[in-house]
Amino acid sequence: MLTAILVAFIIAFLAPLIVRVAKDYSGWVLSILPAGLFTYFMINYGEVGRGETIRETTVWLSGMDVELAFLLDGLSLTFALLITGIGTLVTIYAGGYMKGHRYLDRFLLILMLFMASMLGVVLSDNLIGLFIFWELTSVTSYLLIGFNNEKEESRSSALQALLITGLGGLALLGGLVIMGLAAGTMNISEILNSGDIIRDHPYYMGILILVLMGAFTKSAQFPVHFWLPGAMAAPTPVSAYLHSATMVKAGVYLLARLNPAMGSTEAWFYLVTGFGAVTMLTGAWLALVYTDLKRVLAYSTVMALGTITMLIGIGTDYALKTAAVFIVAHSLYKGALFMVAGSIDHEAGTRDVKLLGGLRKLMPVTAATAAIAALSMGGIPPMLGFIGKELVYETALNAGTFSLVLISMAVLANIAVVASSAIVAITPFYGEEKKTPKHAHEAPASMWLGPMILGTMGLLLGVFPSLADRSLFSASTSAISGVETSYYLSLWHGINLPLILSIITLAGGLTVFKFWNSLRETKAMQGYGIALGDTPKSIYESLLNGTLKFARFQIDVFQSGYLHRYMSTVIGVTVFGAAITLFLRADIVWPEYHDSVSFFEVTILILMIVAAVAAVVSKSALKSITALGLIGFAIALIYIQFSAPDLAITQILVETLTVILAALVLVKLPIPDVVDSMGTKLRDGFIALSGGALVTVLMLIILQGELNLELTEYFGENSYVVAHGKNIVNVILVDFRAFDTLGEIIVLGVAAFGIISLIKLYMNDKKEEQQP
Amino acid sequence: MENHLLLILPILTPLLFAALGMILYKSRTAQRTTAIIGSAAQVAVTVLLFRRIWEEGIIAAQMGNWPAPFGISLVGDTFSGIMVLTVAVTSLAIFIYSLADIDKKREHYGYYPALNLLVMAVNGTLLTGDIFNMFVWFELTLISAFVLLSIGNTRQQLEGTIKYVIINLFSSALFLLAVGLLYGIVGSLNMADVAVKLESYENTGLITTISVLFMVSFGLKAAVFPLFFWLPSSYHTPPVAISAFFAGILTKVAIYVLARYYTLIFVQDVGYTHTILLWIGGLTMVIGVLGAAAQYEFRKILSIHIVSQIGYMIMGIALFTPMALLGTVFFVVNQIFVKMNLFLISGIANRLGGSFELKELGGLYKNYLWLGVLFLISAFSLAGFPPLSGFWAKFTLVYAGLEIQAWVIVGVALGVSLLTLFSMVKIWAFAFWKALPEGHPADTRDYQKRISTRDLILLAAPVVFLALLTVVIGVFPEYLYAVSERAAEQLMGRTEYIETVLQP
Repeated sequence: MLTAILVAFIIAFLAPLIVRVAKDYSGWVLSILPAGLFTYFMINYGEVGRGETIRETTVWLSGMDVELAFLLDGLSLTFALLITGIGTLVTIYAGGYMKGHRYLDRFLLILMLFMASMLGVVLSDNLIGLFIFWELTSVTSYLLIGFNNEKEESRSSALQALLITGLGGLALLGGLVIMGLAAGTMNISEILNSGDIIRDHPYYMGILILVLMGAFTKSAQFPVHFWLPGAMAAPTPVSAYLHSATMVKAGVYLLARLNPAMGSTEAWFYLVTGFGAVTMLTGAWLALVYTDLKRVLAYSTVMALGTITMLIGIGTDYALKTAAVFIVAHSLYKGALFMVAGSIDHEAGTRDVKLLGGLRKLMPVTAATAAIAALSMGGIPPMLGFIGKELVYETALNAGTFSLVLISMAVLANIAVVASSAIVAITPFYGEEKKTPKHAHEAPASMWLGPMILGTMGLLLGVFPSLADRSLFSASTSAISGVETSYYLSLWHGINLPLILSIITLAGGLTVFKFWNSLRETKAMQGYGIALGDTPKSIYESLLNGTLKFARFQIDVFQSGYLHRYMSTVIGVTVFGAAITLFLRADIVWPEYHDSVSFFEVTILILMIVAAVAAVVSKSALKSITALGLIGFAIALIYIQFSAPDLAITQILVETLTVILAALVLVKLPIPDVVDSMGTKLRDGFIALSGGALVTVLMLIILQGELNLELTEYFGENSYVVAHGKNIVNVILVDFRAFDTLGEIIVLGVAAFGIISLIKLYMNDKKEEQQP
Repeated sequence: MENHLLLILPILTPLLFAALGMILYKSRTAQRTTAIIGSAAQVAVTVLLFRRIWEEGIIAAQMGNWPAPFGISLVGDTFSGIMVLTVAVTSLAIFIYSLADIDKKREHYGYYPALNLLVMAVNGTLLTGDIFNMFVWFELTLISAFVLLSIGNTRQQLEGTIKYVIINLFSSALFLLAVGLLYGIVGSLNMADVAVKLESYENTGLITTISVLFMVSFGLKAAVFPLFFWLPSSYHTPPVAISAFFAGILTKVAIYVLARYYTLIFVQDVGYTHTILLWIGGLTMVIGVLGAAAQYEFRKILSIHIVSQIGYMIMGIALFTPMALLGTVFFVVNQIFVKMNLFLISGIANRLGGSFELKELGGLYKNYLWLGVLFLISAFSLAGFPPLSGFWAKFTLVYAGLEIQAWVIVGVALGVSLLTLFSMVKIWAFAFWKALPEGHPADTRDYQKRISTRDLILLAAPVVFLALLTVVIGVFPEYLYAVSERAAEQLMGRTEYIETVLQP
């Protein structure tokens, strides 16, 4: 399987070259890749259908238990077949839909990359491996939604989808890592096999919430469902493939995959069923608010995703079986209908149902395809969609305490779905012929073949469920439940409650459809659209804008641009940090001094204090610098007092030079006198004093200890004997620590050379100015 | 080759070529040639050094053959080894990029020697085992950085430079003060020796206090919250090659130093010091990424975002487990070339699109797909998307945090990475996806011809190389992981370092 995925990635990168050669036939040529992969997976159909699993593992990062491990069981095979099968048809479709597009090469490249990544998600048997492919699908989805990149709407929809799925992805990463740490392995099969280890773990709730955040954002569950209709800014092949048939199902796939390890707890039931059911009902009716075909389909996809989530949440054998069937049924009809919507848009120039009508004669094949697919979506026999819907009702009826609530929600939602199916399959094709922006005619074969096959598959599996029930569906259900299961499906169950509910649904749905035009315009319906469709989106937008506003605000606070304020902060942080640490952590023992302080020392001290005060108080920069120089000379006197004449000489030289240079600069540069307010001065004075106080205290404490003289003694002993120098300081500088001196020499050299460069550049600039 | 030769060569090679560059200052060609040869030699030397460290473990050399702790020791462990190697490789990329990016005037006034000396200073900081010697390298870093920032003479540039210099000067002074205090306690400057002597010192609170001074000093250099303000005001002004070098390498060197001190020397009161570090790490992440979210200039976004990433590296040091330090090492190495590459790309975008302002840029995806691909690779790596190197960096840190139930910091780290993604995608949407503003001169053929093919190749080659590195490390993380793992073991295991340096 690794080979299959790698081949997919490699061919994806070759797509631009293939497009260059194959030109208008690119779709057909490139579809060989997914078709080949489809065949590859079909070869394993028999084996997996019998309930066997195929596994392979390649170590990726052994230190962290990251593996490219793959598992082919009923669940992953179902998804792999959907991904490659619909992938084949969508590629062909895209070739027709985007014919002659300047960036067909980029488009197909990203589409193929997506397909390879999506295969990785469903085949991965390692938590981190799964996550890696998961993120790749988010990125490719981002690039595809923003494909019409010069349109503002595309860019913001792409960003919105990326941020929401990205947020979920990050939560998921956290959840998966905690899960892996809790289980002691990142291998999914092992985790699923080790029974209750996750469910009974103290971090179960945390893991659950994080994983659900990942799954719900990806599968557009309420309240982040709004990104999915937003994603309709993508070209239609993308909507058909990513945003209905495959990628958005990654979330429910994850729930299904992890169900044996995490499911069947109370928290799981309430959270997953609850969010699923609410999403189902919300999405179903939102579809009826809009007249844009893709938007109608997008919201009905939200409904379907909600339904699947709800089913997994309910978690009974029956529910999981239903989920397995519903996933397939939905992908088939929804993929087909999106492509139909795309064909209408492509041929007639609009996909607004208000502007469409009577296309049946002009686009007969498309009309027929739409009808077949919509029958399945509406849950009308003998389609697979009918079986799916019956199973949903059956599940909801047997869901225990909440069955009444759930069945009402399901029926209500499905009434809306019937209406949506009719909107998509009837309104554009029947009634009086309307003048469309483009004169419509039948779509090319590349564009009706795909939806036709998908629609027909829905019919075939409905009439002959035995094609898949005992094999693929049963194996898939076994994988979701973790228990070996096998069952038959059939269209006819006799006259029972689900059938009666189905009839009610159909009647209700058709009634809604009949009055849809006026219903849509009602205040209630519009208000519903605003409340549940637009409001979550505006909450997202105000969160984003609020963050940005706060971001700008903090820049003003922390990056004022004034050096003076920066320095105050720096010194303040230093003093505060050290002082508080000293106070909290250290034993402060105050020194006792017995030596008397000499007159000489006191004089120097007074001199320094006076000079320091003068430097601060003075309004003239020149005076301040002179006063600072005075402090320097006083320090030199201290050196003399403690018999370090060489240091004193150096100090005097440095101070003299500094004062002279500074004075010279001041003569040249008109620096205005300092005019700080009293408050500023007091604050600065406080900061400066506390800095001085801190260092003094630290020195006093340290000086009580005995100085370790190991180094001094070593230098004393070896200076003359080994290093042949009589002056220890010199020997330290040129021998013991000559490496430091090398560095310092270079520092001075660089300084000199930097100054020369600055001056020369300045002179040159002046010259250039003079000779224009 | 002898160990001491291997350890000193990364410091002497750039010095040699800086000197050559100064001697040959009259010939621009000679300067350019020596710079490239020198940088290539540097790569060769550091490869040899790293191989030796990988084979033999930690190695040390005593300068002038004065035994430790009396002379100055150079030490190469896996962390410093991978750092000098990364610096060498990335600075070669910078030198090549500079050939097309740096104007003649700057080249004439010593750009290449100054950059060489900066590399020397960085290598000195990474390889020294002596506290005071490190101060010398800090000084050299600062003065060469000053020269690089100031030759150019634009007003905005000088303003940023002054902030940079004054605040970093304070950091160095504070460092010196702290070194003095520490010397007053232990009477030694050799880092290994200091570590040993501190073990028997009783007033650990005093050491902790002094460690806070070191923390502030390094924190300034690493641009952590709340001391980061000098960085966003100076990094976007000089030529791209210079800001890319600074952005890629300098703050990470400070992180290296922080990791060194807070694993080797200041481990008396981990509960206190490393908790402070954890807070700093978290706040730094948040503040940096918020800054990036608010900016709308290519390089300003990247600059302030450095701060955010610094927070992640500190998080690893603060969590203080082998896994966490592994994450930090991985993160640091990855950041160096990813962040550098984004700066380099901003330069190309500026040349092709005529601006650093996102609002004025546009159409790069349409006209230069290759640049778009290179940007996407680096940007998504920075945001920690798999299968790029940045993912593993983020993943190891997250894993390390969750392993020890550090929920909050992991939550912050993950949340911040969403805003990182936002900032990167913002650049993408504005500069690459959006159409060029109406009537923009960059739309014309003539404009695109302004930049010669030769220059474009010189600019693009390093970018392609660094992007490839991101992909290769992403797909084959095992190697850098193994290196980081050993580096973390050596950092946490202290004794190997101490024994190697102090052995007679």
